[in-house]
Amino acid sequence: MRYRNSWIDATVVAIEQVAKSVMQIQILPLNGATECYTVGSHIDVSVLIDGKTEIRSYSLVGEYESNTPYIIAVKLLPSSKGGSKYMWSLAAGNKIRISQPTNNFELSHNTNDYLLIAAGIGITPIIGMAKTLKRKTGLTVKMLYAGNNKKEMPFLEELQSLLGVDLMLHYSDAQGFYNTTKLIDLASAKTQIYLCGPLPFMNAVRKTWEDGPFENSNLRFETFGASGLFAPQDFLVKIPRFDLQIKVKKNKTILQALEDAHIDVMYDCKKGECGLCQVDILEYSGDIDHRDFFFSESEKGENDKLCACVSRVANGSITIDTSYRGV
Amino acid sequence: MQSFTMNESFPLNAWYAVAWDVELKNELLPRTICNKALVLYQKKDGTPVALEDACWHRLLPLSKGSLRGDTVVCGYHGLEYKSDGRCSYMPSQETINPSACVRSYPVIQKYRFIWVWMGNPALADEKLIPDMHWNDDPEWAGDGQMIKVHCNYRLVVDNLMDLTHETFVHSESIGDRNVAEAPFDVHYDEKTATVTRWMKGIQPPPFWKGQLNRVHKHEGDVDRWQIIKFEAPCTVNIDVGVAIAGTGAPEGDRSQGVNGYVLNTITPSTNQTCLYFWAFSRNYNLKDQSNTTELKNGVAHIFSQDEDILEAQQKAINENPDREFYNLNIDAGAMWARRITNKMVEEEQETKIDAL
Ligand code: FES
Ligand code: FES
Ligand SMILES: [Fe+2]
Repeated sequence: MRYRNSWIDATVVAIEQVAKSVMQIQILPLNGATECYTVGSHIDVSVLIDGKTEIRSYSLVGEYESNTPYIIAVKLLPSSKGGSKYMWSLAAGNKIRISQPTNNFELSHNTNDYLLIAAGIGITPIIGMAKTLKRKTGLTVKMLYAGNNKKEMPFLEELQSLLGVDLMLHYSDAQGFYNTTKLIDLASAKTQIYLCGPLPFMNAVRKTWEDGPFENSNLRFETFGASGLFAPQDFLVKIPRFDLQIKVKKNKTILQALEDAHIDVMYDCKKGECGLCQVDILEYSGDIDHRDFFFSESEKGENDKLCACVSRVANGSITIDTSYRGV
Repeated sequence: MQSFTMNESFPLNAWYAVAWDVELKNELLPRTICNKALVLYQKKDGTPVALEDACWHRLLPLSKGSLRGDTVVCGYHGLEYKSDGRCSYMPSQETINPSACVRSYPVIQKYRFIWVWMGNPALADEKLIPDMHWNDDPEWAGDGQMIKVHCNYRLVVDNLMDLTHETFVHSESIGDRNVAEAPFDVHYDEKTATVTRWMKGIQPPPFWKGQLNRVHKHEGDVDRWQIIKFEAPCTVNIDVGVAIAGTGAPEGDRSQGVNGYVLNTITPSTNQTCLYFWAFSRNYNLKDQSNTTELKNGVAHIFSQDEDILEAQQKAINENPDREFYNLNIDAGAMWARRITNKMVEEEQETKIDAL
């Protein structure tokens, strides 16, 4: 459900590193009152990147408790566009702007069989779900938590004591990429699956479900931008209609670069879901790193269009056209 | 000072009756519950569904669309939703936006009613449905209705918690001076309030005289009882009946009497309207359908008299926004009911567990 964002001033009340590259940040609205939320919710934070404000979404960690600050956990991504660097620069006492909590990843309570799947920092919305589900009786709750290694995975002990043998752990540094087809054995037709993690991992799980025996709509997932198949790099975009050639820096998106060049493109979600920002691909070299959830795999394979808000080019350049048809 | 007159609040963490089971079919039924527009329907396999009645896309009420099997099709741009609220089709694209869904509410069919939980779904526990088993217990027979009353639900609860009004509102059927004059006891606990009134050795009012005569061929004096039990936030079950005077009914032997239950659950719709579900179940003449119809019509007539009073009362409240009620001794049951409900609302606001 989409609600209009209302922005409020808030204070960072505590920061704590909870894993090798994960910072947990506690945030309290200035008036002291947090809003109640359900698990799976996120807040938007206004972040400062190169002197410009941008908006980032962070899942709220754990369940709502009255008179307790909001908790988020941010992974420092050296390849990111700068949001995580800003969040890591915060110290207790700093003022920031945040939105009210919103939930796009709502837990349904109409089954008694759940499979939670988290990879990397995708653990943040999942941990609250695990807590809520474990408090109810008569449910089967299984969980897979994958990460590079123990040191980089926050909340491990908490989850282990919560879920016991129903928690499966996977360390990809030692064990390699997780074979997602194994997940099918953990599910049945009535299992609801909640998934969050980096793009390649989510794509693999989604493919497993598309090919597998169970209803696709039982797999719910939440996307959070910023991950693709290739590390972000600078690349050139040519737009012949405007006789322009622009550079997309590695911490910018095509959409931002077009806007900076005063070329209008329609957009809404800015996270690769709605498809409104699509542009035509006329030519390209290297690889197109489709990071959206709007185009299907086969559409992505055709490389005719891309979502300018998230998708990128690796090891090459691209020529595009926008939907402008004036003279 | 707490206001009795203007308090329209209701808890969200509660089961509310939203329809009679027979009202639900494999078609879309819109209903506003606790100020929220819902669309209800029954799946092909008979299970009930309650979804938010606003399309994820551009908020058109889904009840304006159609049902295809168990799938709701929006009547504007054709987005489709499964019974759990997940979107399963979007026009002109190959994928589905992962956040596309409408809220689905926990829903249960029990005691011939459809119950919906409006608050935090993690707290929805079937055991919290108020006991109204007389409505589908084979030892009891009866039927009822739903009426939409243009008043806040609390006014209906007030009305049922004090049956003194029978004497004045329902004088030709169940009310007589004995009700207004008999003393009563009021008890309460965390979730319930009970008003007990015994009228011993009295002439029965016309309605009860007829019922008792059918079963026990008796036209003389009776012991009459009314045991009103409120269960927060809005259910009132009233154990009523008469027995031949002096045959031991007050002590527990009702074998020489006739017994009925007036079952009421009053669901807040908006702040100024409610859906009033009632039924009358009896433990005699179980097979007699004409008795069922007669009772249903009789009670419907009695409640239409209440409806008239309650809507006029709501209007007067609105016209006198600065006025407070006075409370009398007879209002003790209603006041306990309000206090228990207020506690539920307050606790919910403190912990904010109703968050949606
Ligand atoms: S703006 Fe929604 S997909 Fe790009
Ligand atoms: S409003 Fe429902 S499909 Fe557009
Ligand atoms: Fe009445």
